[in-house]
Amino acid sequence: MSTTVTQPPKKVNRLGLEVLSYKGAKTTLCAGCGHNAISERVIECFYELGVQPWNVAKFSGIGCSSKSPAYFLGLSHGFNGVHGRMPSVATGAMLANRTLLGIGVTGDGDTASIGMGQFMHLLRRNLPFIYIIEDNGVYGLTKGQFSATADLGSKLKTGVINDLPPFDCCALALRCGATFVARSFSGDKRQLQTILKTAIVHNGLSVIDVISPCTTFNDHEGSTKSYSYMKEHDEILNELDFVPFYDDISVEIAEGEVQEVELHDGSKLRIKKLGRDYNPSDKFDALKAMEEAAKKGEVLTGVFYVETHKPNFMELLNLEDVPLATLPESKVRPPREVLDQVMEELR
Amino acid sequence: MSTIELSPAASRSGEFHHPVVNDFSIQVATINGSGSQTANSVLMRAIFQMGVPVSGKNMFPSNIQGLPTWFTIRASKHGYIGRKKEVDFLVAMNPETAREDVMKLDSGAAVVYDEPLKLDSLRSDLYFYPVPFDKLVGPVCPEAKLRKLVRNMIYDGIVAQLLSIDMEEIHKALLKQFGKKKAKAAELNWGACQAGYDFAVKNFTKNDPYRIERMNATTGKIIIEGNSAAALGCVFAGVTVVTWYPITPSSSLVEAMIGYLKRFRIDPETGKATFAVVQAEDELSAIGMVLGAGWAGARSVTSTAGPGISLMSEFVGLGYYAEIPGVIFDVQRVGPSTGLPTRTAQGDIISTALLSHGDTRHPMLFPRSPEECFSMAVEAFDLAEHFQTPVFVMIDLDLGMNNWMADPFEYPTKPIQRGKVLTAEDLERLGGFARYKDVDGDGIGYRTLPGTNHPHGAYFTRGSGHNEKAQYTEREDDYVNNLDRLSRKFETMRTHVPAPVIDYKPKAQVGLIAFGTSHYPVEESRDQLRSEYGIETSYLRLKAYPFNKELSEFIRRHQRVYVVEQNRDAQMLGLMRLECTAEEIARLRSMRYYGGLPLDARTVTDDIAGQEGK
Repeated sequence: MSTTVTQPPKKVNRLGLEVLSYKGAKTTLCAGCGHNAISERVIECFYELGVQPWNVAKFSGIGCSSKSPAYFLGLSHGFNGVHGRMPSVATGAMLANRTLLGIGVTGDGDTASIGMGQFMHLLRRNLPFIYIIEDNGVYGLTKGQFSATADLGSKLKTGVINDLPPFDCCALALRCGATFVARSFSGDKRQLQTILKTAIVHNGLSVIDVISPCTTFNDHEGSTKSYSYMKEHDEILNELDFVPFYDDISVEIAEGEVQEVELHDGSKLRIKKLGRDYNPSDKFDALKAMEEAAKKGEVLTGVFYVETHKPNFMELLNLEDVPLATLPESKVRPPREVLDQVMEELR
Repeated sequence: MSTIELSPAASRSGEFHHPVVNDFSIQVATINGSGSQTANSVLMRAIFQMGVPVSGKNMFPSNIQGLPTWFTIRASKHGYIGRKKEVDFLVAMNPETAREDVMKLDSGAAVVYDEPLKLDSLRSDLYFYPVPFDKLVGPVCPEAKLRKLVRNMIYDGIVAQLLSIDMEEIHKALLKQFGKKKAKAAELNWGACQAGYDFAVKNFTKNDPYRIERMNATTGKIIIEGNSAAALGCVFAGVTVVTWYPITPSSSLVEAMIGYLKRFRIDPETGKATFAVVQAEDELSAIGMVLGAGWAGARSVTSTAGPGISLMSEFVGLGYYAEIPGVIFDVQRVGPSTGLPTRTAQGDIISTALLSHGDTRHPMLFPRSPEECFSMAVEAFDLAEHFQTPVFVMIDLDLGMNNWMADPFEYPTKPIQRGKVLTAEDLERLGGFARYKDVDGDGIGYRTLPGTNHPHGAYFTRGSGHNEKAQYTEREDDYVNNLDRLSRKFETMRTHVPAPVIDYKPKAQVGLIAFGTSHYPVEESRDQLRSEYGIETSYLRLKAYPFNKELSEFIRRHQRVYVVEQNRDAQMLGLMRLECTAEEIARLRSMRYYGGLPLDARTVTDDIAGQEGK
């Protein structure tokens, strides 16, 4: 007697790709590192939205966080550059090929210390780009020094207390020109997924500050970037829902309760207020909420700000729609007559 | 009204009968910000239009307004366009420096000066021509505010009259300088020129021997700054991403490029730009963008000077090791540190050749003229993409910012060379690739561009240790293999970079080596060494680093070889020492100048003659 074994159909996304096509190399980060959870979310979101992996370019600087692009989207080009200067590399690459979907992963040292200058100027330019800060308040790879996002009064494993105030990268992003600003926690799967999906379709610079505990150097009592601290102090600003453009579900929305933001490709971000009078298109509201939360020792997470109509850097530069990188010689080398004309002018 | 100062020099009879025609230098000493640049350019252009080979050198301060500046124009029937050390004809407009300027002149020089300065009392062996500039400017420029600017045009008229420069040519040059849009300003300035001319006719008797006569040696030629020429070269090289941070003396390179790009590189069909220009927040960002763009397939460029090169150091090491194309112009100025930002040098040779930490070496091109600024710009992009590495074009302030007489540029004959880039079709055929594998034995791997429409197109670029497949590694053998392949690639470059220009003289025991703008004084110095000291010399002009095999052959064919360069530490000679044999090194001598002015032939001749025991 024979039986036919039927393989269950492989699960694929709208491009017909399996989730395997979105994975990367095996992680070499510590067990329990928040960064690994973030990589998982990146894999899920790009898979679920059906993004073509070989149309993505990944960027990072130096540090534990900057290793992580090797651990997701293995079929995408990646560029692990120098410390603190991923923004310039990414800007150059995106200018060369504006059809790429760019994603950068950086850390709090990479962004808020050595890379502060490049971070600020990236914000000004509103490059269409996803900028993820894996924020653990500590230098992991050099074994446990405070970073510039460590909270005032927070303690190192060695007992050293931080006596300088932190930079709030979301507040800076908001103030200096990013058009999608959010904070999340590596342990909040659903919130982080929604925020990432929004960033993937957003036409402008997305800054996502993800509190990502360092289990080796900064997950102890006295740390404000530990799992236990986040569990107690994560204050959810708003409940989020992402509806991709190809899921044509129309939902009745109660007036005043939920705000719907239409994104570049027709996808929608639904933001449900949680008892606060809060408008995510108002920078002052966002800054006020951040300040109030900080005073109470809370870590506010959610979408702070979204602006969908500001021109991005490519639009400001009036770039050709096709990639500059692949323009043919006929488009980039003016004809002989042009040189003759210039020579004549100089005679 | 003034009378001519008949200096005692005039009594040196006989000089009048030996006019010095088309072979002297004019120096105009003014205050920066006073608009003298226009007057000087007009004067230079007028001489050029009369067919006389001419060069102009602006020696200016790092300042907006109020400090001394000197402009030297050299007319040379022999075609020498390097700086002439001696000033033959001085126009002294700056009270601050006038005395020193006059005291430095050689006997027999002529001086046009602002009358109240009373310079004629300083020396009795010069020809003096006092001009009451303030009295002359009033009638030709009713608007008091403009007088400071128009005043300088008066000396153009005076000088034209004294040197027999055709006023029609002055007028033509003036119209060219101001362009059609500023016809009114041109008119005002022309009035000032004429007033100067008329004054000279009425009041001066020509005593000095200097004069310009028409020749036919500039037909078809152009006048352009090296920076503008390099900018044009980039435009015709098909540059697509331009990043920069303002710094003297390189800013005008990108500014000129922006002008040309806006004129010639907007797609007529779409109305959109086929280029991106970003003024970055600093040089670190500028080079980061160049590498990002080069990695993604753009032809990317940045332009800077020494301090910017220092800042780019870390990124350039990444570019070398991760093998990313990019073009970097270094318009060299005097260092170290801020140094003399508006003076010229060839002082970044060693630091650029070995820029960054670890074992790094970078190709450099050394243009000597606007023609080469143009052609080497085109070449630099091809080399960068062929060798997948940052390429430096080493200009200097003298070449970059001064106006030079040049032949019209030749349209590039070679199609754009994009190097070893695999397409989706290639990948389909090959089934995959290893980014850093030396497939062809030339040390150059095959790369793909992000966005290549193929599942096997991607690779991971990193500055950390990597193997042939671009995977992370800390293995000793992987690391050594990779560095050795990079050495092979550098060896391959030797036969691809432009070869030197060599002039062998059969009986010469002495060889000279120079590069960039040192070429002009060396060319002239060879004639001086021959005619004044009987020293015959061969000459090798370097056009690139890494050195080609011709270099050691040249050294071996001469008893003594002088490397002429504009820095203190004999940097180019130092690079040669790294590669030459002991026997070759023993033949090398050094001639250096590092005072910030363009090197002149007399300084080269005196130094080498001295070392030769003459």
